[in-house]
Amino acid sequence: MISRNDQGRIFKIAGPAVVVEGMETVQLGDIVFVGDAHLMAEVIRVERSRAVLQVFEDTTGLRVGEPVTGTGAPLSVELGPGLLGQIYDGVQRPLESLLAMQGAFLARGASAPAVSVDRQWDFVPRVRVGDQLMPGAIIGEVEERPGRMHRVLVPPAVTGRVDHVDAGRHTVHDPVVRLSDGRSLAMSQRWPVKVGRPFQEKLDPTEPFLTGQRVLDALLPICRGGTAIIPGGFGTGKTVLEQTLAKCANAEIIVYVGCGERGNEMTDVLSEFPKLDDPVTGRPLMERTILIANTSNMPVAAREASVYVGLTMAEYYRDMGYHVALLADSTSRWAEALREISSRLEEMPGEEGYPTYLASRLAGFYERSGRVRCLGDGDRIGSVTIVGAVSPPGGDYSEPVTQCSQRTTGAFWALDASLAYRRHFPAISWSRSYSLYARRLEPWYAEHLSRDWQDSVHAVRELLQRDAELQEVVQLVGPEGLQNHERVILETGRAIREDFLQQNATSPTDMHCVLAKQHAMLRTLLFFHRVSSEAARKGVGVEKILALPQRELLSRMKEVPAAEIEAYVERFQREFEEAVRQLVP
Amino acid sequence: MSLVTTYYRNVTCVTGPLVFLEGAEQFGFGAMLDLVLPGGEVRTGQVLEASRELALVQVLEGTSQIGPAAAQVGFREAAATVKLSPYLMGRVLDGSGRPRDGRPSVVYEERRNINGAPLNPVARLQPRLFIETGLSAIDGFNTLVRGQKLPIFSGPGLPVHEIVSSILERARVVGDNEEQGLVVIFAAMGITHREATAYLDRIRGSEASQRLITFLNLADDPVIERLVTPRCALTAAEYFAFTHGMHVLVVLADMTNYCEALREVSGAREEIPGRRGYPGMMYTDLASIYERAGSVKGSEGSITQIPVVTMPDDDITHPIVDLTGYITEGQVVLSRALHHKGLFPPVDVLPSLSRLMNNGIGIGRTREDHRELANQLYACYANGIDIRRLVSIVGEDALTESDRRYLVFADRFEREMIHQGDQRRTIHQTLDKGWELLQMFPASELTRIRRVLVEHYYPETGPANSDERAGQCMNQEPKTGS
Repeated sequence: MISRNDQGRIFKIAGPAVVVEGMETVQLGDIVFVGDAHLMAEVIRVERSRAVLQVFEDTTGLRVGEPVTGTGAPLSVELGPGLLGQIYDGVQRPLESLLAMQGAFLARGASAPAVSVDRQWDFVPRVRVGDQLMPGAIIGEVEERPGRMHRVLVPPAVTGRVDHVDAGRHTVHDPVVRLSDGRSLAMSQRWPVKVGRPFQEKLDPTEPFLTGQRVLDALLPICRGGTAIIPGGFGTGKTVLEQTLAKCANAEIIVYVGCGERGNEMTDVLSEFPKLDDPVTGRPLMERTILIANTSNMPVAAREASVYVGLTMAEYYRDMGYHVALLADSTSRWAEALREISSRLEEMPGEEGYPTYLASRLAGFYERSGRVRCLGDGDRIGSVTIVGAVSPPGGDYSEPVTQCSQRTTGAFWALDASLAYRRHFPAISWSRSYSLYARRLEPWYAEHLSRDWQDSVHAVRELLQRDAELQEVVQLVGPEGLQNHERVILETGRAIREDFLQQNATSPTDMHCVLAKQHAMLRTLLFFHRVSSEAARKGVGVEKILALPQRELLSRMKEVPAAEIEAYVERFQREFEEAVRQLVP
Repeated sequence: MSLVTTYYRNVTCVTGPLVFLEGAEQFGFGAMLDLVLPGGEVRTGQVLEASRELALVQVLEGTSQIGPAAAQVGFREAAATVKLSPYLMGRVLDGSGRPRDGRPSVVYEERRNINGAPLNPVARLQPRLFIETGLSAIDGFNTLVRGQKLPIFSGPGLPVHEIVSSILERARVVGDNEEQGLVVIFAAMGITHREATAYLDRIRGSEASQRLITFLNLADDPVIERLVTPRCALTAAEYFAFTHGMHVLVVLADMTNYCEALREVSGAREEIPGRRGYPGMMYTDLASIYERAGSVKGSEGSITQIPVVTMPDDDITHPIVDLTGYITEGQVVLSRALHHKGLFPPVDVLPSLSRLMNNGIGIGRTREDHRELANQLYACYANGIDIRRLVSIVGEDALTESDRRYLVFADRFEREMIHQGDQRRTIHQTLDKGWELLQMFPASELTRIRRVLVEHYYPETGPANSDERAGQCMNQEPKTGS
């Protein structure tokens, strides 16, 4: 094996792009350290004896001629117990440790281990001496967080026979299993971030990724292992929606990547999540979460790395058999980082200055999602669901990042500025958005929830469509120009929009809406429509129906706890029907 | 730093604001250089690109009179710095932090790199303390919080100066160390002398002028200097906030001029332009300015930013405005229509937003009903505006009774809530005004407010006694978190 730890000298510095001369064996994707300040960088182009690097830190003060040292390895992350609950920068440096080392402001050239090297974990072996191990097999378990087992896996390229097992308390780097060929396995492993972790086979997604958000679960559902994008102009609520997903989704592990966004938003997550409960286990939410923060003032070049670092950690937990969600906010910032570096390299630009490989990079990223049969023996199934926010300039969806992402993802949750202006949140446009998974999930909903769920959803969709058409008529002739039964549709449409689709992300009761409650609400809205239309046909004016005190009960349905919803809607239906009957002449 | 500086005569090419130097590889990336002209004038250059063959230098004061034979170049310092001292308070400095008021340079305590260093997100404190600006449109609906960056999107000819100067004069920090007062740092980038005066006239007459620091780069000052002005100002802000533990309010006016300077340099470097000729890295560049707001664990102080952005042709999708909106924590949007109606401040609350509002309001900060009341007023106003549009097509006769009510509400909301002329309103006055307006609707229509709050605040006999009722209500446990 040739040693690739060679040295070169800086030839040119242009912002985050640095050209180095004299490195003989450097390869594309290698990590190198630049200058006397020892700044981490990645090789992004090789031309004979020169190589172009993107430096993951601020390059101010670097001089021509300073040394560059190769490592001979691509950007990799450390995977092992201790990741959960951590917050990392874009190249997996733990920000808490950096704070302790350097103070509030990030200095350059720091390094700290990603998972604690001192902490001892109680390793419970799942293999015995003499067992034959295949890649991905579980050699043991560690309780990483209370009730949350971290399964220690055989790294993907390793096979062998167990020669010795060392149970008990160990640090992540201690050997816990020795193989007959003399190699030993520890609780942590490294993996290059740009390479997807292997699995046995990709499976069809069949289970829903439940978000607790009514507009998504009912109208635009996605699967575990699916992909969705959330495009939206500024102020439409991308980040709030991503954070709500991180809080409410039925994933077992959440990897949240704050990519080129606001520092205060990460602070929000950090101060809020430890206080909130995981809807699945009831433990603090932070215990199922890994955060990656490359805020917009942190170095641009690390932005691309940050999404891959997050994705690789997500795949690692998937390989243990967990359902993982990767939430990336915002993928546009990553694309812009690509554009900035590409422009420094003087590459031929594609659309709007983005590099021509933008589409393939995005496709390669989203394709690493999926529900898989994990590597190793047995039928372990895990999934990675990716939800990426997109920030189109000026809210214009025809721009390249939205377009390229849309082609490779399965759901399009479009945020609408006009809904956001009227504080209709989540501001997801039900007409513009779509989900390609909806049909595939129908059997699941029929089996696990109710046979008439799908019919209710269709009926609601139809009413929303009719409502939209009638709104246009109203714009021309005014509401008085409509017939009585048409005005009922408008009123039901309004009720669906305000009392079902709108959801308050800050209300503890309303933030997370379980499917059973969604179902009860849908049925009730349709009941309201049926009874009102019937009355309208019999000549009852819409105003009279609206003036009924029971109408307000419908609006307050959102705030009713899930356990009480059945009784509440039953009471509403009974009282409302009775009150309407009294109106009929 | 050596005491002897070697000067080189190595300029090979001059284009726009840029100078190319040969044999300059000893200057590091980002180094500050002295360019000495034959007459003895010294200009400031910064290395934008360094290679073994050529160094690319941007000259802050412009490149006229510079040629291959007519300039000597020497090293000044490794990065742009600004001199800091508590005695900066009350001073007027130029765009790069040198005295402009005719008084001598301050004896500095520290020199700091103006680019600062990124704040570790873990070190940030969640901004959660309310700043009362005295303007209902901001306090009530787009609440400003300490440590926030809340830009004002204005249009040419709109009274943004009056709004900012009224905030500067009247802003009050509520909560702990209330009495301390705000340090105000005003960074002017390419605005006219008249505008600068308009921004500052009120504060200059008040006692707050003792705590005002001004960085002035006016319209006829060197264009490229605008690129360092906000960074000097923010470095000073960090010094006062995190070294001296004070609350600092930074006004950056006008970011549109800043971005134009950025475009000029990018064009001269022959970079591939992004939208409307602005450089592709503008997002990153703006973020490196705006993200320097916040509060830090272990420090008493905070930096609150109010950048002013003039929307060219009132276009909110313009790249400068758009990118600003993506980075900042909300925006206050001014409306020409409201201005024409003679309303002040002409803030259009519908597209305006404060993302940190929820952190800064509620029990113990403003009042428990604030969030829901604001939501309800918003919803009613938005509905009223929709109907106003409808009326312009179908006429008022086609409206239902309830529609007409919303129409009237929208009008009253603009004239009584948004408009306040020169009056200052406390947050309680703003909220009471809101309840007063909501009297137009039956309590059952106020579905965005929890019933218990409606019962407490809905004035059956006018807006009297609301403070007393607020007192009773405050004693109860909140139903929702902050």
